[in-house]
Amino acid sequence: MGSHKGVLVCGEIAEGKLSPITIELLGAGRKLASELDEDLSTLLMGSKAGGLGQDAIAYGADKVYVAEDSLLDDYNSDAYTRVAADLCQKVLPSIMLLGHTDVGCDLAPRLNGRLGGGLAMDCLAISIDPATKLLVSTRPVFGGNAHATMVSKSARPQMATLRLKVVPPAERNDSRQGQVIPFEGKVDPSAVKVKVVDRIKEEVEGVKLEDAEVVVSGGRGIGNAQNFGMLRELANILGGAVGATRPACDEGWAPTRLQVGQSGKVVSPKLYVAVALSGAMSHIAGCLGSKVIVAINKDKEANIFNVAHFGIVGDYKEVLPALTAKLKELKSK
Amino acid sequence: MNTIVCVKQVPDPEIPPAKFKIDPETKKVIPPAGVPPVISVYDERAVEAACRLKDKHKGKITVISMGSGKASDVIKHTISMGADEGFLLEDQAFENLDSFGTAYVLAKAIQKIGGYDLVLCGRQAADWGAGQVGSILAEILGIPVVTLACDIQAADKKFRVKRTVKDGFEVLEAPMPSLVTVSSEIGLPRLPGGVGLMLARKKQIPVWKAQDIGAEASQLDKANAHTEITGLSVPTRKTECEMVTGGTPGEAGVNLAEKISKLI
Ligand SMILES: Cc1cc2nc3c(=O)[nH]c(=O)nc-3n(C[C@H](O)[C@H](O)[C@H](O)COP(=O)(O)OP(=O)(O)OC[C@H]3O[C@@H](n4cnc5c(N)ncnc54)[C@H](O)[C@@H]3O)c2cc1C
Ligand SMILES: Nc1ncnc2c1ncn2[C@@H]1O[C@H](COP(=O)(O)O)[C@@H](O)[C@H]1O
Repeated sequence: MGSHKGVLVCGEIAEGKLSPITIELLGAGRKLASELDEDLSTLLMGSKAGGLGQDAIAYGADKVYVAEDSLLDDYNSDAYTRVAADLCQKVLPSIMLLGHTDVGCDLAPRLNGRLGGGLAMDCLAISIDPATKLLVSTRPVFGGNAHATMVSKSARPQMATLRLKVVPPAERNDSRQGQVIPFEGKVDPSAVKVKVVDRIKEEVEGVKLEDAEVVVSGGRGIGNAQNFGMLRELANILGGAVGATRPACDEGWAPTRLQVGQSGKVVSPKLYVAVALSGAMSHIAGCLGSKVIVAINKDKEANIFNVAHFGIVGDYKEVLPALTAKLKELKSK
Repeated sequence: MNTIVCVKQVPDPEIPPAKFKIDPETKKVIPPAGVPPVISVYDERAVEAACRLKDKHKGKITVISMGSGKASDVIKHTISMGADEGFLLEDQAFENLDSFGTAYVLAKAIQKIGGYDLVLCGRQAADWGAGQVGSILAEILGIPVVTLACDIQAADKKFRVKRTVKDGFEVLEAPMPSLVTVSSEIGLPRLPGGVGLMLARKKQIPVWKAQDIGAEASQLDKANAHTEITGLSVPTRKTECEMVTGGTPGEAGVNLAEKISKLI
């Protein structure tokens, strides 16, 4: 353990650039590294990774390890785990950070299993304990009803996946100096036991949920698929998107990609309209970043009223048509 | 096709947040009185996935759960859904284990059962929700893992697994045996039928202790834990909510429209 040093960020490349979470991780990692007075390094995987080395340095990395292999262009669990584990065994980082993304959610636990580290998933905050110099990770537990802090006393690396947008992105400084180091961790194709045979992108009609300025979400109280149409009508008038709770998706009233929450999408629109949903913490986790939350629920004790700015206690079937009609009228003026 | 499913018993996660209480000193959750614990949501979906494979390909479903004596209730629930057999892993040495300790105990039990084509876990437990036991377990067992499955098909000694990603799906081909973690998108679990309920009532659930599965004390020693919980708190969020009213619910809706139309 004594020989483990430094902070390693597992970067992600999207559309030929460092992905937003990577820039956030570099910002967070730089802070930790400075507090420990250690180096910040990052791993980039993919045949064009080398070209992004200087970018990662500008965002704060001291060393950038690039594993250039076309087998790493798209995420493959076996290949990524192999390369990242090999690098960790060589570099021996004390701390390793990943994004709580499609890649990080799959890679981090596996890597942890292989390396025997200590991992906290979906962190809302990470810091260094001034006394022990250990990484302290804060994460939601019990569906977000509580927050736990965790440390890893002896297992290394200390690992965390960071939720998107909980830390500010690193500031770019092109005068920063650093090293780009090719990592010769070629992937042995025979190590790839699970093969990706197809990738299906779901086409989204209208505004994308994550980008929408207005989100109208419905819960179990909506009652059937047909009535979800009432939400769509309101969303259309406001140029927004429809969201749903997990039970509503389970029932098939809304497609699963519209699920908002801890295990679904995180949205931060200007206006979030929560209709006939109780406001379970694991749902709210996905919409707390909204500027204004409006709740319509027939139960005045529903938890959603604890986080909403405006509320109506009543049956949505009576409230919604009037609300929609009036907004239509106001918008047409 | 022989499947082993790992299921956990958890305090009912569907209680209203106001009823959720913790003891910050002991860093434990105080389960609300009179609300029985339940099977963790995603684990029930994993059992459903196993039952669908059994409906098609026959074979046997074995369920394991590490927990207190009451956890035999969740094993019985899985038997009422269609599982064939279940084992309860209960020992004082198993209490308060971290993810590595949990995966180690599950691995030991799975190695004892043996002869499996598929191991299923939930994507995340509904209590502490570490989101990693399945992947660590696969590494210990030395078998491939596919996470976040929403569909599992078996053919020609291979699995075809559809997994959810942010913008859609991936279809993967995994060898037998593999471990798969199941997400809610797989669909709702079946309701137990009369026959299932009767079988479950009669079923004996054997209890395995550390020595029964050959679990070594050093691996269960809390001093060797990989992670430790140092604090537990309930986040306080209280927004001043302006209640909008009207003579009728419709009028309230009109008044609300006036307020929010200015915001967008
Ligand atoms: C680990 C974990 C992860 C989870 N992840 C997510 C997630 O990502 N997203 C998510 O949504 N959930 C998630 N959940 C589930 C979550 O705990 C809740 O079960 C879920 O959010 C509840 O959905 P709901 O509000 O639609 O249903 P309910 O809690 O049943 O609420 C329905 C509400 O509708 C109201 N209502 C009924 N009829 C009417 C009417 N006619 N007019 C007005 N109001 C009406 C009722 O008063 C009630 O408040 C997760 C749970 C766990 C344990
Ligand atoms: N005590 C346990 N007994 C049986 N299975 C478990 C236990 N703990 C975790 N699991 C399995 O591992 C999955 C992930 O758990 P976790 O990593 O704790 O979120 C769960 O959905 C279960 O399938």
